[in-house]
Amino acid sequence: MATIPANTRLAAERTWTGRLAALVKAAREAPLAVVVILGGLILVAALADLIAPYDPTLPVKGAEIFAPPFWMEGGSLATPLGTDFQGRDILSRLIYGARVSLIVGLMGTLVAGGIGTALGIVSGYLGGWVDQIIMRVTDAWLALPAIVFAIFLAAMIGPSMWNIIVILGAVYWTRYARVIRGEVLSLRERDFVKLAEIAGASKLRVIKKHILPNVLNTATVLASLTVGVVIIAEASLSFLGVGVPPPQPAWGLMLSEARPTLMAGQWWLTVFPGACILLIVLATQLFGDWLRVRLDPQTRNL
Amino acid sequence: MARDAVLQVAGLQTHFFTFGGTRVVRAVDGVDFTLREGETLGLVGESGSGKTTTCLSIVGLLPRAARIVGGAVVFEGEDLTRKSQRELRRIRGRRIAVILQDPMASLNPLFTIFRQVAEPAFFHQRLRGRSLRERVQSLLRAVRIPSPEWRMREYPHQMSGGMRQRIVGAIALAGGPRLVIADEPTTNLDVTIQAQYLDLLKDIQRDTGVALIFVTHNLGIVAKMCDRVAVMYAGKIVEQAAVRELFDAPKHPYTRALLGSMPKLGSKEPLYSIRGQPPNLANLPPGCSFHPRCPDVMPRCMTEEPRDFRPGDGSVARCWLLGDVLARP
Amino acid sequence: MSSPVLEVRALTKHFPVRRTLLGGPARLVKAVDGIDLAIGAGETLGLIGESGCGKTTTSKLILRQETPTSGTIRFEGRDIASLKGADLMAYRRAVQVVFQDPFSSLSPRMRVGDIIAEPLEIHTDLPHAAIEERVGRVLELVGLAPDVAPLFPHEFSGGQRQRIAIARALATDTRLIVLDEPVSALDVSVRAQIINQLEALQKKLGVSYLFIGHDLATVAHISHRIAVMYLGKIVETAQSDALCARPMHPYTQALFAAALPSHPDDRAPDKPITGEVPSALSLPSGCRFHPRCPSAIPVCSQTEPALRRREGGGEVACHLYP
Repeated sequence: MATIPANTRLAAERTWTGRLAALVKAAREAPLAVVVILGGLILVAALADLIAPYDPTLPVKGAEIFAPPFWMEGGSLATPLGTDFQGRDILSRLIYGARVSLIVGLMGTLVAGGIGTALGIVSGYLGGWVDQIIMRVTDAWLALPAIVFAIFLAAMIGPSMWNIIVILGAVYWTRYARVIRGEVLSLRERDFVKLAEIAGASKLRVIKKHILPNVLNTATVLASLTVGVVIIAEASLSFLGVGVPPPQPAWGLMLSEARPTLMAGQWWLTVFPGACILLIVLATQLFGDWLRVRLDPQTRNL
Repeated sequence: MARDAVLQVAGLQTHFFTFGGTRVVRAVDGVDFTLREGETLGLVGESGSGKTTTCLSIVGLLPRAARIVGGAVVFEGEDLTRKSQRELRRIRGRRIAVILQDPMASLNPLFTIFRQVAEPAFFHQRLRGRSLRERVQSLLRAVRIPSPEWRMREYPHQMSGGMRQRIVGAIALAGGPRLVIADEPTTNLDVTIQAQYLDLLKDIQRDTGVALIFVTHNLGIVAKMCDRVAVMYAGKIVEQAAVRELFDAPKHPYTRALLGSMPKLGSKEPLYSIRGQPPNLANLPPGCSFHPRCPDVMPRCMTEEPRDFRPGDGSVARCWLLGDVLARP
Repeated sequence: MSSPVLEVRALTKHFPVRRTLLGGPARLVKAVDGIDLAIGAGETLGLIGESGCGKTTTSKLILRQETPTSGTIRFEGRDIASLKGADLMAYRRAVQVVFQDPFSSLSPRMRVGDIIAEPLEIHTDLPHAAIEERVGRVLELVGLAPDVAPLFPHEFSGGQRQRIAIARALATDTRLIVLDEPVSALDVSVRAQIINQLEALQKKLGVSYLFIGHDLATVAHISHRIAVMYLGKIVETAQSDALCARPMHPYTQALFAAALPSHPDDRAPDKPITGEVPSALSLPSGCRFHPRCPSAIPVCSQTEPALRRREGGGEVACHLYP
């Protein structure tokens, strides 16, 4: 049984600085590797204009094409990770590519989460034929192979970064809808929801005040686990040539462009973007796992 | 009361270690009692008083975070705290049985009643075929399941709550136990079904001479069922007495308060209400744990933990008030 | 009683049970089957019965979570089935409920103050300060300090949470509170606190209670009148004292026999009734209690007894008392 704590702690939590402090504290509890990788990538993406040595879309003046990394013979410190088939700096392209990956990953997840959570809540709370229709649509959606469907959509509306975000959102919302609906179904039976209805609360108010805040945890965990999936999907689409259009730097696109040269021994063209994708997906998955444990009140209170 | 002691618990201490051992919760902190053949002990307390942990310590079913750190549990002459899990499992199946609050959690929904009731007889007494069937039927008859030869082919979900709890009782009896620990077995039952079940337990006890520990928060059940009562508060037994002694002349203020807060049929007198909330075991007050809620608190209670006092009528109570009474000429 | 706050007449609720795969005839569960109730101002009516007797369905009907199959529920003289718009909101404001489980009835993501303020926010356009002041007042009414308002529910114990739930029920100008087993989930030492608090609040505010419970001693303690339900019917109703002094219906007597003693010397010598409550799907003919009744006579299995005046006030539905 909890005792009532001093009100000071509470006051601290309610101010913005207090919330910031709580965030910093939470970040320090997260696994170090995850914080370093994610924090580093976000920083790099945000400050790409300052950090990147060259324009990622233009060849580096005076550099050779297919220049190897600096530690190999023929490499130079001017282009530390080498250059690609047009003589563009790989490091700069990776740095700007992080921006694309993160924007697509986060925005795509946001779109998917927004659509899925909204539909899940409406479906679960209203029930009846609304639920039936939404769930049958979800089932049909799930039956479509995600990547093929995304390629189809991309071919229809044309490739661009923002289109990719919308497409991936439209492809990946189903998981949210199902999970959130299940959550809402059990929430709907909780006494506090009944109490609100008995007190005369409108459906909109119940959703806003009682349902939504109680599914946000689940949605957040799902989101952190989806980011990686969306990033991989973006890379796949770019690799297949229906994603981010060249010359914009995207990791998947870099892999695709490097494909013909893989057999020629120019490994740096594929390994570096591949490693970046691996790193970011791994980091977001680990973050998601950690978040799930942390947000679960049962394990948190122990 | 010259009967043999079936169970002797002496100085039992079970602590929970959380956050990697940095936080210690003394869920059970020095519990003593003795249980004789055919006797029923009521273990009374609120949530967090340590009554359930005491029982789990006896049968060695503690959760991972908990450990017995002191004391002994002597069952039929053997100290159970020194036994391996394997030895304990053998004892649990046969000589000590446990009945829990929720019968659905004790029954496997995928197996027939027959299979679940037959299991102990199958493994421990090595009965097979017809004799096994007869044994199961007689067990079900003992817990008053109507037409057992049909009922034993059904599944738990086909039974009512009262019937399920009786099946759990039949499984408990299957090994011919000397001690049955019942942890709030009737909480989920309707009143008339509860009364039937309690009477059934009494009858079984009379027939088999089994010793019974009844864990409950309900003093009405204690009044109906028990010979002796141990009242637990914050991990300690604060008062232990014969049931009539306890109801007629409660010694500890907590016992008095519990009795006063019990609504009595046909009486409209205002109930005695204990102030405050049950204590947080992780953060107990100094001195006597009950002192913040005690109506008779003295300065001494806030600093010094009371010892056991024996006022002479066979009861034991942990309260400084008794020290004063006994000190007086 | 002058004019009752709540008056229930011939209330019936039947639930259809879905057909089986083989297309058997659709059957009805008669959860509530023609009951009459009345609760006066400042009065507590205890509704007692075992699981499946229809007491929860009755409360749902009164709270308009379910619509009755037939019969009427009048609140302050008006049929609640016909209420719409502003009138319905007025009803929602006047009738509140406290549930059994205090851990499920408070949203874990809302602060205590916001939980209590919710009915006020729905029904009034009071300024923030006025709401806050009202929240502080009801918190004091239930014995909590007003400065707990910004805390979250998980910082409170079961008893304190139940107080918060009661405070919320009192936030508007409540005239009737349905108390659905409000103390069953609480620790013994806390139950008395809540019961005393409820009684004190009733004296102070004149609010009416419908107290639903299964524990005879508790219901008898808090109620002025008691109605005993069995399988969708009221079998006996009387003033609490009269009922305790002389329970007449064999089922009421069985409940008393099954009640736990308050002292070891009161251990009831009489055996409790046998059998269990039959399924509401296949009701016994005649009197619904006759298969379990120790004093059943032939007529019991043929005709259903009606409620008749009983000695000492109240009514009883039993052929033994013609």
